[in-house]
Amino acid sequence: MKPAGWGELGWAAVLVVLAAFLPLVANGYWLSIGVTAMMYIALSTSWVLFSGPTHYISLATGAFFGVGGYLVGSGMSDYSQSFWLMAAISPIVGAILAALIGFATLRLSGVYFVIFTLGLAEMIRNVVSWVQNNFLGSRGLYVLTDLRDQHIYWMLLVVAAAVYLLGWFVSRSRIGFALRIIGGDETVARHVGINTATAKVILFTSTGFFAALVGAIIAPRWSYIEPNQVFSPQLSFLVVIMALLGGSGRLWGPLVGVIPFTIIWEWVGIQFPNQSILFIGLCFLLIVYFLPQGVVGRLEELRARMRRAS
Amino acid sequence: MIRRNLMKLAAAGLLATSALIAGPASAQDVVKIGAIAPKTGPLAGGAVVTQWPNVQLWVEQVNARGGLNVGGKQMPIELIEYDDKTNPGEHIKLAQRLAEQDQVDFVVAPYGTGFNIATAPIYGRYGYPMIAVSAITDKMEELTERYPNLFFTLGTTTSFVDGVKEILIEKRDAGVIGNEVAMVNVADAFGIELADRARELLTEAGFELVYDRSYPLGTPDLSPVMKGAKDSGAKAFVAWSYPPDSFGLAEQAIIEDLDVAVYYSAVATSFPAFVGAYGNKIDAVLGAGGTNVDDPKIAEYRQAHLEITGKVPDYWASANTYAALQILEQAIEGAGTLDRDTVTQYIKDNSFDTVMGELTFENNVSHTFWSVGQWQDGVFRGVKGSNVEGAVPVRVKEGWAE
Repeated sequence: MKPAGWGELGWAAVLVVLAAFLPLVANGYWLSIGVTAMMYIALSTSWVLFSGPTHYISLATGAFFGVGGYLVGSGMSDYSQSFWLMAAISPIVGAILAALIGFATLRLSGVYFVIFTLGLAEMIRNVVSWVQNNFLGSRGLYVLTDLRDQHIYWMLLVVAAAVYLLGWFVSRSRIGFALRIIGGDETVARHVGINTATAKVILFTSTGFFAALVGAIIAPRWSYIEPNQVFSPQLSFLVVIMALLGGSGRLWGPLVGVIPFTIIWEWVGIQFPNQSILFIGLCFLLIVYFLPQGVVGRLEELRARMRRAS
Repeated sequence: MIRRNLMKLAAAGLLATSALIAGPASAQDVVKIGAIAPKTGPLAGGAVVTQWPNVQLWVEQVNARGGLNVGGKQMPIELIEYDDKTNPGEHIKLAQRLAEQDQVDFVVAPYGTGFNIATAPIYGRYGYPMIAVSAITDKMEELTERYPNLFFTLGTTTSFVDGVKEILIEKRDAGVIGNEVAMVNVADAFGIELADRARELLTEAGFELVYDRSYPLGTPDLSPVMKGAKDSGAKAFVAWSYPPDSFGLAEQAIIEDLDVAVYYSAVATSFPAFVGAYGNKIDAVLGAGGTNVDDPKIAEYRQAHLEITGKVPDYWASANTYAALQILEQAIEGAGTLDRDTVTQYIKDNSFDTVMGELTFENNVSHTFWSVGQWQDGVFRGVKGSNVEGAVPVRVKEGWAE
């Protein structure tokens, strides 16, 4: 193992420890920005885990996230289960669902896969609504707990750290190597004897697991779950945009994407409450124009240039 | 080039950060009121009809009077508004900004059941009284016990179903309809909840649901739903619907020439745009809400709403939304302070003179509201309600001709 790999892991550990202190120093407002940012860091990093090496753009994050949030709401409201039990079940269901979907669809590639995953969130939302309507009935799904922002923040931090750790191991393992080859050329990968389907399904399953877990953890913050809001397609797009802004080539890419994005979005929303969508559109244009390779790509380009200059 | 870009980025970042940190002015000579509701996203369509114009109207009227009289001092209102993008997480974050960065004195309760419940813990923690309007649930008792700062003003799920049930019973007794009812609902939280309750209450009342279907939210084609209802032969049609589909169902009923004596669709039937879209064809259509336009207070309110905001208020929650703001105004002036706990207690203990009449809270819930209204000659009049005056008799639906 290269020493650089350990160095990166060390930096990550330092960052996690520093991040853990945020709730002790930040007031409610900054903490709630922290919760939002941490949620996107966990989601984007788990997205990069699969989509980074394979270049399969998945828009299914919202579907798994929704499953997690919805299960917590339904379990607590309809079956009076505890939050902790439901938060434990949710990611398992998310993972199983992702595995089933993976087996069925990861033979698709390119734009077909993108479109399928986009439709998936919508399909799951409708199936869930149908089940609730015909079998469960509803008095509204309430998630009433005593968890506060700092607790949710710490839980999300643990998830984000776990995703990173998993990604770190994967990128150094045989399966990570296999995924990179698949991303380079899938036909070549198959010819050199890689079981491409299995490799893809395993990683896709892990993104489903983590997205559902994040959805479950966020549910107490929303208090009231509506399928319509928890299965938001917008979430899937934001996760992809933030990951691409950071750069999907590195596991820590999303980190440098999510934080500026969250701050810019916040600033736009406050300065221009009536035109925020317009300004977000302008921001996207600027990002694509100035940072086509993401922040990571820009940083590496700079580093290379400095090395050449010296 | 790169350096310049980086500089630009850094400058933008600094600007953003400084804007985020920028604190409020210290000397208190204005009352700061915060309002967060959707301006974009799925709920924006409803919020720009019912919520935002009333906030604007109220603030302008109060400031035209010279502001709020807080313990003998006239203080104008400074409004701070944000768009929650129909996203609960976004709303919670902005609520914290209102409390800590902007340090507003009071807030306008959010728009939508889910948003009021999601934000009750946050607003409660900062002690803001929340006079919720666009929030309907059967869990009020548990919620107000948990969040003592939360007030409800628009009625419970059961009261809405009860209003419809009463009309069906009346019309059955009059021999206009039989026992058969065709019922549909949108498969989303509120629609499911209402349909679920209706299934129980209507069956108890001896009705038979000969057609009982749901359709997904945002479905573009409601024609199979309406065809099925028509084929069932029921003379009463009830739809627990949302804004886009209330319109879609009416459209299909007109196309299919649905032969019913009672036609009800829930949310958005009371919107001025509903009569705008279908004119006299929807005469005698029933819907959630209602108002008494002959009440001089309501008439005056509707006139001011049109003059100041340039928009016609809806015939339901608009008046309740304005009344909630009047309650806040009277509680601040009555308590004579900006202390939030005192004002909250004042709301619990007193009655308020509003456009909706005299309002009081019993365990944080006001029982003065309209539950069913009906389009009668271009006006959506209240036909069923609780503690409201001016209910008119229900008309029978006779065809869909112009």
